[in-house]
Amino acid sequence: MGGAAPSPAIDVRVTDAPLDTDAASPAGDAGAAVVFTGICRSENGRLRGLELETYPEMARDEIVRIAAQAAARWPLTGVRVAHRHGRIGAGETIVVVEVSSRHREAAFDGARFLMDWLKTSAPFWKREILADGSRGEWIAASEADEEAARRWQPPDSG
Amino acid sequence: MRLRYFAWLRERTGRAEETVELPGEVRTVADLVAWLTARGPEFAHAFENAAAVRAAVDRVHAAPDTPLDGVSEVAFFPPMTGG
Repeated sequence: MGGAAPSPAIDVRVTDAPLDTDAASPAGDAGAAVVFTGICRSENGRLRGLELETYPEMARDEIVRIAAQAAARWPLTGVRVAHRHGRIGAGETIVVVEVSSRHREAAFDGARFLMDWLKTSAPFWKREILADGSRGEWIAASEADEEAARRWQPPDSG
Repeated sequence: MRLRYFAWLRERTGRAEETVELPGEVRTVADLVAWLTARGPEFAHAFENAAAVRAAVDRVHAAPDTPLDGVSEVAFFPPMTGG
């Protein structure tokens, strides 16, 4: 019944400009769109923001690779990612991930997969900007994030 | 070969990038780390904790045994904190 579904629309943007946090703009014949927004925290006022360093020549391609993996794994109609770098103030948006599909299960799972992989695999490194404007520490990758990414891999067999 | 350094790898080595001529016995990422470590104390300090250093070869995540044949760029960085 019917031909193959069209390839999902993959839209990846890396920018140092503030991100729009628009409502969902689902792609294709979507019945569901899940939008995740990652926000810079102030850590209860301790931080003015974060500074995100990036490997610009790798960033977009790596995110496209992760998006393509999600689209290969779930029946998605679209994946849209916008990731910011540079100085980001507390309360501002760091990343927006939108995943659309015909039905909601793939959209929720795809969005979770994307975020778990972006956390550990996308070439950005966060450094604190303290409340007084001075530079704080580099933020260390968390074991919880590494675990979250690993759980999407099939268990080793044999 | 072009080498890139990010975050505290950049701070410890004192450079964001450089171009080097590698001897023939440097064949993998691990070989390159060993060669860099021997260059001086700032490199030894940068690479002292192998678990805290990751690499990309021609802008794709790499493992210690990733070969360097025909590679034009290797980047070193801490575990990523994207998202």
